[in-house]
Amino acid sequence: MTSTQVVAPVLARSTQPARRLPVPHKRAIAFFVLPFGALFALFYALPVGYAVWQSLLVVEREGTFGPARQVFGGLAQYEQVFQNGPFWTSVGRVLLFGAVQVPVMLLLALVFALLLDSPLLRGKRFFRLAFFVPYAVPGVVAAIMWGFLYSPNLSPFTAVTSNVDLLSADLVLWAMANVVTWVYVGYNMLIIYSSLLAIPTEVYEAARLDGAGQLRIAWSVKIPLVLPAIVLTTVFSIIGTLQLLAEPQVFRSFSSAVTSTFTPNLTVYSTSSVPNFNLAAAFSVVLALATFVLSFAFLKLTQKKGVQ
Amino acid sequence: MSAAVRTAPAATASTGSRGVRENPLSRVGAMLVMGVFTLYFLVPIWWLLVSATKDRGQFTSTHPLWFADMNLVENVGALLRYDGGIFVRWIGNSVAYTAGGALLGTVLAAMCGYALAKYRFAGRDMLFNVVLGGVLVPATALALPLFLIFSQVNLTNTFWAVFLPSLVSPFGVYLTRIFAAASVPDELLEAARLDGSSEVRTFFTVSVRLMFPALVTVFLFQFVAIWNNFFLPLIMLRDEAVFPVTLGLYSWNTQVNQIPELRGYVLVGALLSIVPLILVFLVLQRFWRNGLGAGAVK
Repeated sequence: MTSTQVVAPVLARSTQPARRLPVPHKRAIAFFVLPFGALFALFYALPVGYAVWQSLLVVEREGTFGPARQVFGGLAQYEQVFQNGPFWTSVGRVLLFGAVQVPVMLLLALVFALLLDSPLLRGKRFFRLAFFVPYAVPGVVAAIMWGFLYSPNLSPFTAVTSNVDLLSADLVLWAMANVVTWVYVGYNMLIIYSSLLAIPTEVYEAARLDGAGQLRIAWSVKIPLVLPAIVLTTVFSIIGTLQLLAEPQVFRSFSSAVTSTFTPNLTVYSTSSVPNFNLAAAFSVVLALATFVLSFAFLKLTQKKGVQ
Repeated sequence: MSAAVRTAPAATASTGSRGVRENPLSRVGAMLVMGVFTLYFLVPIWWLLVSATKDRGQFTSTHPLWFADMNLVENVGALLRYDGGIFVRWIGNSVAYTAGGALLGTVLAAMCGYALAKYRFAGRDMLFNVVLGGVLVPATALALPLFLIFSQVNLTNTFWAVFLPSLVSPFGVYLTRIFAAASVPDELLEAARLDGSSEVRTFFTVSVRLMFPALVTVFLFQFVAIWNNFFLPLIMLRDEAVFPVTLGLYSWNTQVNQIPELRGYVLVGALLSIVPLILVFLVLQRFWRNGLGAGAVK
């Protein structure tokens, strides 16, 4: 030991695999990290930076018909974003959507996961697969399919669709919520279920011997233990909700109630097709920040609770 | 069992909820709930399957949830021939975007996650935090700036415009880092070093095997994300020849009012577009059943 310590400064670089000394295996580390790092820099970090930069520019013309050129405009685009009524309406719309759809979906997923984990069911493999199948349906395809199912003249559920116009301005948001729920319940169920499987059975054997019923075990033992999984699914659902795009974009073909600014991402898309890239970039930045802040705040909030 | 049942009535009187044991009633209740929701999840797909077997006349005139004359083969044939076989091309594009992107993306994410877990180097924590931030950045927020960047180098409307950004999976790095830290013991790496194996070789021969469940999970996440990707292709691509199948079906669906025969193609195409994913899920079932929860490990 002592001899190693003495020669350490000399040998550290080449032979010592010790923890706190200058980095061994530099080339291997570079080989592992650089490919992902480069792609991440190019297609994640650079676009974020570029969007911020673009959002700080404004287009200026000399006279009415002069050539357009981009000049630095400070926060001019953000002023426009904050004065843009339709954009904030769309933000409010997805927040309302999320406030209802995310809890409903996760509650269903939790109930299904607990039932799968309880001794009450037969044919668990079948249910697990049947509930997960919709996740294999791409959002666009699911939206097209449900669009047909909602259409008064094509739907197999004419008893419903001939009496209630599910594609009307009042209901179309909830018609989409159903599509999203249909696709993602099974996926969230599986995430929660697999973390239920990870709980050692001894943990609730004791509770059983004390005479606790399934419901009591689920409430007092299982749910607290799978809380991390529920937090994870909630964060992903929040991110997904704010990004809502495929469903409303598809539903525009089925319902005139879905405008080109129905959700924030549709606003980004329609603004960039104008084209007004600078304003669209500002919308993107605001949306990404909002998503980041919301999911981060939720993570922090739940972590604090976990500590107590 | 019998003891539990005998005490149940007393418990019910005090708390209400505790009466629910494995008695027949709660069994029936549980099966009923699951049965009803099985219908909810499967009837739409059943409807799609049934609709895909009908010709245009029978689509509206026969019962929507049961078969009429079996026209599936004709319908699929017509779909595959339509517009010079463009649908086949879209499926091919989706497979290329997805298989390539998911496979390569998983390997790259695993290499980075492994290095973050198993080596100490300057900037490691910062790199991990940046990647973690990347998990929380919505992919759709990147679509527009990516379009602007690709248009600077004249690469919009090409295969690369959708393929290259799909390779990056920050969540994959996050997951493989957790998994590598938990499942690849340092002693094993030491032993490999003593045997003269290079770091890179150890990774590909030993560590990858230990991380396999996590790799399958990342692969599946990537596969689904890329196969379902819509916003990026929508913004990037104008030329039908490079569309993935989602964008192709979407563009057909927007033209249904002008070209009514497209409705049938959209339905049959929708059915066919689901098949590859279901196949992948079935083949990899053994892995995702247990691996999906890996992300929830703290």
